[in-house]
Amino acid sequence: MNGPHDIGGAHGFGPVAPAAHDGHYHAGAEGWEARAMAITVASGFGGHWTIDESRFAREDRTPLEYHQLGYFGIWLAALTRLLAERGLVTEDELAGGPIRNDTVPPNRCLPAAEVGPMLARGGPVDRDPQGREPVYRPGDVVRTKNLQPRGHTRLPAYARDKVGRIAHVQGFHAFADESAKGDRAAAEWLYTVVFDAGTLWGAVAENPADEVTFDAWEPYLERV
Amino acid sequence: MPHDHPHDHSELDDMTARVMALETLLTRKGIVESAALDEIIETYETRVGPRNGAAVVARAWTDPEFRDWLERDATAAIGSMGFTGRQGEHMMAVFNTPERHNMVVCTLCSCYPWSVLGMPPVWYKSMPYRARAVREPRAVLAEFGVTLPEETAVRVWDSTAEMRYLVIPMRPDGTEGMSVDALAGLVTRDSMIGTGLALAPEAA
Repeated sequence: MNGPHDIGGAHGFGPVAPAAHDGHYHAGAEGWEARAMAITVASGFGGHWTIDESRFAREDRTPLEYHQLGYFGIWLAALTRLLAERGLVTEDELAGGPIRNDTVPPNRCLPAAEVGPMLARGGPVDRDPQGREPVYRPGDVVRTKNLQPRGHTRLPAYARDKVGRIAHVQGFHAFADESAKGDRAAAEWLYTVVFDAGTLWGAVAENPADEVTFDAWEPYLERV
Repeated sequence: MPHDHPHDHSELDDMTARVMALETLLTRKGIVESAALDEIIETYETRVGPRNGAAVVARAWTDPEFRDWLERDATAAIGSMGFTGRQGEHMMAVFNTPERHNMVVCTLCSCYPWSVLGMPPVWYKSMPYRARAVREPRAVLAEFGVTLPEETAVRVWDSTAEMRYLVIPMRPDGTEGMSVDALAGLVTRDSMIGTGLALAPEAA
Protein backbone atom coordinates (compact mmCIF):
# COMPACT_ATOMS: atom_id res chain seq x y z
CA MET A 1 0.00 0.00 0.00
CA ASN A 2 1.03 3.61 -0.49
CA GLY A 3 1.02 3.97 3.26
CA PRO A 4 2.58 6.18 5.91
CA HIS A 5 5.40 3.68 6.49
CA ASP A 6 6.88 4.05 3.00
CA ILE A 7 9.15 7.02 3.71
CA GLY A 8 12.45 6.19 1.98
CA GLY A 9 13.70 9.47 0.49
CA ALA A 10 11.08 11.64 2.21
CA HIS A 11 12.03 15.14 3.32
CA GLY A 12 11.19 16.94 6.52
CA PHE A 13 11.92 14.42 9.27
CA GLY A 14 14.84 16.32 10.74
CA PRO A 15 18.11 15.05 12.18
CA VAL A 16 18.74 11.44 13.25
CA ALA A 17 20.30 12.55 16.56
CA PRO A 18 21.76 9.10 17.25
CA ALA A 19 23.29 9.88 20.64
CA ALA A 20 19.90 10.86 22.05
CA HIS A 21 18.21 7.72 20.69
CA ASP A 22 20.77 5.00 21.29
CA GLY A 23 18.78 2.59 23.49
CA HIS A 24 16.45 -0.24 22.48
CA TYR A 25 13.50 1.60 23.99
CA HIS A 26 12.53 5.24 24.31
CA ALA A 27 13.96 6.87 27.41
CA GLY A 28 11.40 6.75 30.20
CA ALA A 29 9.24 4.17 28.43
CA GLU A 30 11.54 1.15 28.80
CA GLY A 31 9.15 -0.78 31.03
CA TRP A 32 6.07 -0.92 28.85
CA GLU A 33 7.97 -0.97 25.57
CA ALA A 34 9.96 -4.05 26.60
CA ARG A 35 6.74 -5.73 27.70
CA ALA A 36 5.03 -4.78 24.43
CA MET A 37 7.93 -6.24 22.45
CA ALA A 38 7.83 -9.51 24.39
CA ILE A 39 4.02 -9.84 24.23
CA THR A 40 4.19 -9.36 20.45
CA VAL A 41 6.97 -11.94 19.99
CA ALA A 42 5.27 -14.48 22.26
CA SER A 43 1.84 -14.00 20.63
CA GLY A 44 3.39 -14.55 17.20
CA PHE A 45 4.50 -17.98 18.36
CA GLY A 46 0.84 -19.04 18.15
CA GLY A 47 1.10 -19.03 14.36
CA HIS A 48 -2.22 -17.26 13.79
CA TRP A 49 -0.60 -14.78 11.39
CA THR A 50 2.49 -14.48 9.20
CA ILE A 51 5.18 -11.85 9.72
CA ASP A 52 3.85 -10.10 6.62
CA GLU A 53 0.32 -10.00 8.00
CA SER A 54 1.73 -8.36 11.12
CA ARG A 55 3.68 -5.84 9.03
CA PHE A 56 0.51 -4.96 7.11
CA ALA A 57 -1.43 -4.56 10.35
CA ARG A 58 1.21 -2.06 11.46
CA GLU A 59 1.32 0.04 8.29
CA ASP A 60 -2.39 -0.01 7.36
CA ARG A 61 -3.18 3.19 9.27
CA THR A 62 -3.75 6.87 8.69
CA PRO A 63 -0.55 8.89 8.53
CA LEU A 64 -1.62 10.79 11.63
CA GLU A 65 -2.11 7.60 13.64
CA TYR A 66 1.10 6.02 12.33
CA HIS A 67 3.22 8.98 13.35
CA GLN A 68 1.48 9.63 16.66
CA LEU A 69 1.49 6.08 17.99
CA GLY A 70 5.27 5.73 18.13
CA TYR A 71 7.16 2.55 17.36
CA PHE A 72 5.90 0.16 20.03
CA GLY A 73 2.52 1.86 20.05
CA ILE A 74 2.20 0.69 16.44
CA TRP A 75 3.22 -2.82 17.47
CA LEU A 76 0.50 -2.88 20.13
CA ALA A 77 -2.14 -1.50 17.79
CA ALA A 78 -1.28 -4.16 15.19
CA LEU A 79 -1.19 -6.95 17.76
CA THR A 80 -4.59 -6.12 19.21
CA ARG A 81 -6.06 -5.81 15.70
CA LEU A 82 -4.72 -9.26 14.73
CA LEU A 83 -5.88 -10.87 17.97
CA ALA A 84 -9.39 -9.47 17.50
CA GLU A 85 -9.54 -10.25 13.77
CA ARG A 86 -8.60 -13.88 14.46
CA GLY A 87 -11.24 -14.11 17.19
CA LEU A 88 -8.69 -14.87 19.91
CA VAL A 89 -10.00 -11.93 21.93
CA THR A 90 -12.96 -9.62 21.53
CA GLU A 91 -12.96 -5.84 21.28
CA ASP A 92 -14.96 -5.81 24.50
CA GLU A 93 -12.32 -7.85 26.30
CA LEU A 94 -9.62 -5.48 24.99
CA ALA A 95 -11.67 -2.58 26.37
CA GLY A 96 -11.68 -4.17 29.81
CA GLY A 97 -14.94 -6.12 29.58
CA PRO A 98 -15.48 -9.51 31.22
CA ILE A 99 -13.40 -12.40 29.92
CA ARG A 100 -15.36 -14.75 27.70
CA ASN A 101 -14.90 -18.47 27.21
CA ASP A 102 -16.24 -18.70 23.66
CA THR A 103 -13.29 -17.12 21.80
CA VAL A 104 -10.98 -18.98 19.43
CA PRO A 105 -8.41 -20.92 21.47
CA PRO A 106 -4.74 -20.22 20.68
CA ASN A 107 -2.91 -22.86 18.66
CA ARG A 108 -0.21 -22.90 21.33
CA CYS A 109 1.22 -20.81 24.13
CA LEU A 110 4.97 -20.22 24.41
CA PRO A 111 6.35 -21.61 27.68
CA ALA A 112 9.39 -19.93 29.25
CA ALA A 113 11.53 -23.01 28.66
CA GLU A 114 10.79 -22.84 24.93
CA VAL A 115 11.86 -19.22 24.48
CA GLY A 116 15.55 -19.97 23.85
CA PRO A 117 14.93 -22.76 21.33
CA MET A 118 12.14 -20.77 19.62
CA LEU A 119 14.33 -17.67 19.16
CA ALA A 120 17.28 -19.81 18.01
CA ARG A 121 15.09 -21.53 15.40
CA GLY A 122 13.51 -18.35 14.09
CA GLY A 123 11.27 -18.59 11.07
CA PRO A 124 13.20 -19.29 7.86
CA VAL A 125 11.32 -18.23 4.73
CA ASP A 126 13.32 -20.09 2.08
CA ARG A 127 11.20 -22.60 0.17
CA ASP A 128 11.81 -25.45 -2.28
CA PRO A 129 11.77 -23.96 -5.79
CA GLN A 130 10.68 -27.37 -7.13
CA GLY A 131 12.68 -26.95 -10.28
CA ARG A 132 11.84 -23.30 -10.90
CA GLU A 133 14.94 -21.46 -12.02
CA PRO A 134 15.59 -17.78 -11.39
CA VAL A 135 14.80 -15.72 -14.47
CA TYR A 136 17.59 -13.19 -13.80
CA ARG A 137 21.32 -13.52 -13.24
CA PRO A 138 23.77 -11.18 -11.54
CA GLY A 139 24.57 -8.32 -13.90
CA ASP A 140 21.22 -8.42 -15.72
CA VAL A 141 19.64 -5.00 -16.23
CA VAL A 142 16.08 -4.84 -14.92
CA ARG A 143 13.34 -2.29 -14.47
CA THR A 144 11.13 -2.36 -11.40
CA LYS A 145 7.43 -2.39 -12.19
CA ASN A 146 5.20 0.51 -11.28
CA LEU A 147 3.09 -1.57 -8.89
CA GLN A 148 0.57 0.32 -6.75
CA PRO A 149 -1.27 -2.36 -4.76
CA ARG A 150 -3.72 -1.45 -1.99
CA GLY A 151 -2.39 -4.42 -0.03
CA HIS A 152 1.04 -5.10 1.43
CA THR A 153 4.12 -4.82 -0.75
CA ARG A 154 7.83 -4.50 -0.12
CA LEU A 155 8.48 -2.51 -3.28
CA PRO A 156 9.12 0.98 -1.87
CA ALA A 157 7.72 3.97 -3.74
CA TYR A 158 11.19 5.39 -4.36
CA ALA A 159 12.23 2.17 -6.15
CA ARG A 160 9.28 1.85 -8.55
CA ASP A 161 9.73 2.14 -12.32
CA LYS A 162 13.50 2.46 -11.99
CA VAL A 163 16.29 0.78 -13.94
CA GLY A 164 18.87 -1.14 -11.92
CA ARG A 165 20.85 -4.32 -12.14
CA ILE A 166 20.80 -7.66 -10.38
CA ALA A 167 23.56 -7.83 -7.78
CA HIS A 168 22.68 -11.14 -6.10
CA VAL A 169 20.24 -14.02 -6.43
CA GLN A 170 19.31 -14.54 -2.77
CA GLY A 171 17.07 -17.59 -2.82
CA PHE A 172 13.51 -18.77 -3.31
CA HIS A 173 11.62 -17.04 -0.52
CA ALA A 174 8.05 -16.70 0.74
CA PHE A 175 6.50 -13.83 -1.21
CA ALA A 176 5.58 -11.01 1.17
CA ASP A 177 2.78 -9.56 -0.96
CA GLU A 178 0.87 -12.87 -0.86
CA SER A 179 2.01 -13.93 2.61
CA ALA A 180 0.43 -10.71 3.90
CA LYS A 181 -2.93 -12.09 2.70
CA GLY A 182 -2.36 -15.30 4.63
CA ASP A 183 -1.01 -17.38 1.71
CA ARG A 184 1.76 -19.42 3.31
CA ALA A 185 2.63 -21.31 0.11
CA ALA A 186 3.40 -18.44 -2.28
CA ALA A 187 7.13 -18.07 -2.94
CA GLU A 188 9.29 -16.42 -5.59
CA TRP A 189 12.94 -15.93 -6.45
CA LEU A 190 14.40 -13.06 -4.48
CA TYR A 191 17.10 -10.75 -5.83
CA THR A 192 19.17 -7.87 -4.56
CA VAL A 193 18.79 -5.08 -7.11
CA VAL A 194 21.26 -2.20 -7.15
CA PHE A 195 20.48 1.31 -8.38
CA ASP A 196 22.80 4.22 -9.02
CA ALA A 197 21.99 7.05 -6.61
CA GLY A 198 21.44 9.35 -9.60
CA THR A 199 18.71 7.05 -10.95
CA LEU A 200 16.77 7.44 -7.71
CA TRP A 201 17.51 11.01 -6.67
CA GLY A 202 18.43 12.76 -9.90
CA ALA A 203 20.68 15.76 -9.88
CA VAL A 204 20.61 16.13 -6.09
CA ALA A 205 22.18 12.73 -5.43
CA GLU A 206 25.07 13.26 -3.01
CA ASN A 207 27.59 11.38 -5.12
CA PRO A 208 27.00 9.82 -8.54
CA ALA A 209 29.09 6.77 -7.62
CA ASP A 210 26.90 5.94 -4.61
CA GLU A 211 24.35 3.14 -4.81
CA VAL A 212 21.20 1.90 -3.11
CA THR A 213 20.11 -1.72 -3.10
CA PHE A 214 16.79 -3.27 -2.22
CA ASP A 215 15.53 -6.85 -2.19
CA ALA A 216 12.98 -7.64 -4.89
CA TRP A 217 10.92 -10.72 -5.58
CA GLU A 218 10.74 -11.70 -9.24
CA PRO A 219 7.19 -10.31 -9.79
CA TYR A 220 8.53 -6.82 -9.00
CA LEU A 221 10.90 -6.92 -11.98
CA GLU A 222 10.93 -6.90 -15.76
CA ARG A 223 13.80 -7.22 -18.18
CA VAL A 224 15.02 -4.10 -19.93
CA MET B 1 7.56 12.80 16.06
CA PRO B 2 6.38 11.62 19.48
CA HIS B 3 9.77 10.09 20.32
CA ASP B 4 11.43 13.47 19.97
CA HIS B 5 9.56 14.76 23.00
CA PRO B 6 9.72 13.52 26.54
CA HIS B 7 6.47 11.78 27.37
CA ASP B 8 4.67 13.29 30.29
CA HIS B 9 3.94 11.06 33.22
CA SER B 10 0.23 10.69 32.62
CA GLU B 11 0.87 9.37 29.11
CA LEU B 12 3.53 6.99 30.35
CA ASP B 13 1.32 5.75 33.13
CA ASP B 14 -1.47 5.29 30.64
CA MET B 15 0.70 3.15 28.36
CA THR B 16 2.06 1.15 31.29
CA ALA B 17 -1.47 0.49 32.48
CA ARG B 18 -2.66 -0.47 29.01
CA VAL B 19 0.17 -2.93 28.46
CA MET B 20 -0.30 -4.45 31.91
CA ALA B 21 -4.00 -4.89 31.18
CA LEU B 22 -3.22 -6.52 27.83
CA GLU B 23 -0.72 -8.89 29.44
CA THR B 24 -3.25 -9.85 32.09
CA LEU B 25 -5.92 -10.48 29.47
CA LEU B 26 -3.62 -12.56 27.27
CA THR B 27 -2.31 -14.66 30.14
CA ARG B 28 -5.85 -15.37 31.32
CA LYS B 29 -6.79 -16.36 27.78
CA GLY B 30 -3.81 -18.72 27.58
CA ILE B 31 -2.23 -16.78 24.71
CA VAL B 32 1.00 -15.76 26.48
CA GLU B 33 2.79 -16.74 29.68
CA SER B 34 4.40 -13.98 31.77
CA ALA B 35 7.52 -16.01 32.55
CA ALA B 36 8.11 -16.39 28.80
CA LEU B 37 7.87 -12.62 28.38
CA ASP B 38 10.51 -12.16 31.11
CA GLU B 39 12.71 -14.65 29.29
CA ILE B 40 12.36 -12.89 25.92
CA ILE B 41 13.26 -9.51 27.44
CA GLU B 42 16.19 -11.04 29.35
CA THR B 43 17.50 -12.75 26.19
CA TYR B 44 17.84 -9.47 24.32
CA GLU B 45 19.16 -7.58 27.34
CA THR B 46 21.92 -9.99 28.25
CA ARG B 47 22.51 -12.78 25.72
CA VAL B 48 21.79 -11.68 22.15
CA GLY B 49 23.46 -8.41 21.22
CA PRO B 50 26.28 -6.81 19.24
CA ARG B 51 28.97 -8.86 21.01
CA ASN B 52 27.78 -11.70 18.78
CA GLY B 53 28.40 -9.71 15.63
CA ALA B 54 31.72 -8.38 16.95
CA ALA B 55 32.94 -11.97 17.40
CA VAL B 56 32.00 -12.71 13.79
CA VAL B 57 33.84 -9.63 12.52
CA ALA B 58 37.00 -10.27 14.57
CA ARG B 59 37.12 -13.83 13.30
CA ALA B 60 36.65 -12.64 9.72
CA TRP B 61 39.62 -10.28 10.21
CA THR B 62 41.89 -13.06 11.45
CA ASP B 63 40.75 -16.29 9.79
CA PRO B 64 40.86 -16.18 5.97
CA GLU B 65 38.97 -19.46 5.58
CA PHE B 66 36.19 -18.19 7.81
CA ARG B 67 36.13 -14.91 5.89
CA ASP B 68 35.65 -16.80 2.62
CA TRP B 69 32.87 -18.86 4.16
CA LEU B 70 31.21 -15.69 5.46
CA GLU B 71 31.34 -14.22 1.98
CA ARG B 72 29.91 -17.37 0.35
CA ASP B 73 27.31 -18.38 2.94
CA ALA B 74 26.98 -15.98 5.85
CA THR B 75 24.00 -17.81 7.34
CA ALA B 76 26.02 -21.02 7.73
CA ALA B 77 29.27 -19.32 8.78
CA ILE B 78 27.55 -17.22 11.45
CA GLY B 79 25.39 -20.17 12.49
CA SER B 80 28.56 -22.21 13.11
CA MET B 81 29.39 -19.75 15.91
CA GLY B 82 26.00 -20.40 17.52
CA PHE B 83 24.30 -17.23 16.30
CA THR B 84 21.09 -18.29 14.63
CA GLY B 85 17.40 -17.69 14.58
CA ARG B 86 14.90 -14.90 14.82
CA GLN B 87 15.66 -12.03 12.43
CA GLY B 88 18.89 -13.69 11.32
CA GLU B 89 17.51 -16.62 9.37
CA HIS B 90 18.98 -15.40 6.07
CA MET B 91 22.23 -13.50 6.49
CA MET B 92 24.57 -11.76 4.10
CA ALA B 93 27.86 -10.19 5.14
CA VAL B 94 28.90 -7.08 3.22
CA PHE B 95 32.55 -6.11 3.41
CA ASN B 96 33.77 -2.54 3.61
CA THR B 97 36.82 -1.67 1.50
CA PRO B 98 38.63 1.55 0.66
CA GLU B 99 36.49 1.62 -2.50
CA ARG B 100 33.09 0.87 -0.97
CA HIS B 101 31.40 1.62 2.35
CA ASN B 102 28.23 -0.35 3.12
CA MET B 103 25.39 0.91 5.28
CA VAL B 104 22.11 -0.80 6.21
CA VAL B 105 18.58 0.56 6.64
CA CYS B 106 15.00 -0.67 6.51
CA THR B 107 12.97 2.15 4.98
CA LEU B 108 9.62 0.32 5.28
CA CYS B 109 9.84 -0.80 8.91
CA SER B 110 12.79 -1.81 11.07
CA CYS B 111 14.34 -5.04 9.72
CA TYR B 112 17.64 -5.66 11.50
CA PRO B 113 19.86 -8.70 12.15
CA TRP B 114 18.78 -9.49 15.71
CA SER B 115 20.78 -12.73 15.93
CA VAL B 116 24.08 -10.86 15.63
CA LEU B 117 23.22 -7.31 16.78
CA GLY B 118 20.29 -7.79 19.17
CA MET B 119 17.44 -5.32 19.12
CA PRO B 120 17.82 -2.21 16.96
CA PRO B 121 18.48 1.14 18.63
CA VAL B 122 15.70 3.72 18.62
CA TRP B 123 17.41 5.83 15.94
CA TYR B 124 17.52 2.89 13.50
CA LYS B 125 13.72 2.57 13.78
CA SER B 126 13.16 6.33 13.59
CA MET B 127 11.58 8.21 10.71
CA PRO B 128 14.62 10.45 10.12
CA TYR B 129 16.99 7.50 9.64
CA ARG B 130 14.53 5.50 7.53
CA ALA B 131 13.74 8.49 5.32
CA ARG B 132 17.23 9.86 4.87
CA ALA B 133 19.67 6.92 4.78
CA VAL B 134 18.80 6.06 1.17
CA ARG B 135 18.72 9.65 -0.12
CA GLU B 136 21.59 11.30 1.72
CA PRO B 137 23.74 8.66 3.40
CA ARG B 138 26.75 10.97 3.63
CA ALA B 139 24.78 13.64 5.49
CA VAL B 140 23.47 10.94 7.83
CA LEU B 141 26.97 9.56 8.35
CA ALA B 142 28.16 13.05 9.26
CA GLU B 143 25.62 13.05 12.10
CA PHE B 144 27.37 9.92 13.37
CA GLY B 145 30.72 11.68 13.10
CA VAL B 146 31.78 9.71 10.03
CA THR B 147 33.20 11.45 6.96
CA LEU B 148 34.24 9.24 4.07
CA PRO B 149 36.63 10.18 1.29
CA GLU B 150 34.79 11.19 -1.90
CA GLU B 151 36.43 8.29 -3.72
CA THR B 152 34.83 5.78 -1.33
CA ALA B 153 31.45 4.93 -2.84
CA VAL B 154 28.57 4.36 -0.44
CA ARG B 155 26.22 1.44 -1.00
CA VAL B 156 23.07 1.59 1.14
CA TRP B 157 21.27 -1.74 1.63
CA ASP B 158 17.51 -1.33 2.11
CA SER B 159 16.34 -4.49 3.92
CA THR B 160 13.01 -4.92 2.16
CA ALA B 161 12.76 -8.74 2.41
CA GLU B 162 13.98 -11.33 4.93
CA MET B 163 17.67 -10.98 4.04
CA ARG B 164 19.54 -9.45 6.96
CA TYR B 165 22.80 -7.61 6.37
CA LEU B 166 25.87 -7.50 8.60
CA VAL B 167 28.50 -4.92 7.66
CA ILE B 168 32.08 -6.15 8.10
CA PRO B 169 34.01 -2.95 8.83
CA MET B 170 37.60 -2.52 7.71
CA ARG B 171 40.19 -3.70 10.20
CA PRO B 172 41.85 -0.64 11.74
CA ASP B 173 45.53 0.06 11.19
CA GLY B 174 47.89 -0.76 14.01
CA THR B 175 46.07 -3.91 15.11
CA GLU B 176 48.60 -6.47 13.87
CA GLY B 177 49.15 -9.16 16.44
CA MET B 178 46.10 -8.31 18.53
CA SER B 179 44.09 -11.25 19.84
CA VAL B 180 40.68 -12.06 18.40
CA ASP B 181 39.06 -11.02 21.68
CA ALA B 182 40.90 -7.69 21.72
CA LEU B 183 39.94 -7.08 18.10
CA ALA B 184 36.28 -7.78 18.90
CA GLY B 185 36.49 -4.95 21.41
CA LEU B 186 37.12 -2.54 18.52
CA VAL B 187 33.94 -3.58 16.70
CA THR B 188 31.07 -1.29 17.63
CA ARG B 189 27.41 -1.96 16.92
CA ASP B 190 27.29 1.05 14.60
CA SER B 191 30.30 -0.19 12.62
CA MET B 192 28.27 -3.33 11.82
CA ILE B 193 25.27 -1.24 10.68
CA GLY B 194 27.62 0.93 8.63
CA THR B 195 26.96 4.16 10.52
CA GLY B 196 30.33 3.90 12.23
CA LEU B 197 33.85 2.61 11.72
CA ALA B 198 35.75 0.11 13.85
CA LEU B 199 37.62 1.84 16.66
CA ALA B 200 41.33 2.57 16.49
CA PRO B 201 43.17 0.53 19.13
CA GLU B 202 44.10 3.60 21.18
CA ALA B 203 40.43 4.68 21.27
CA ALA B 204 39.03 1.36 22.47
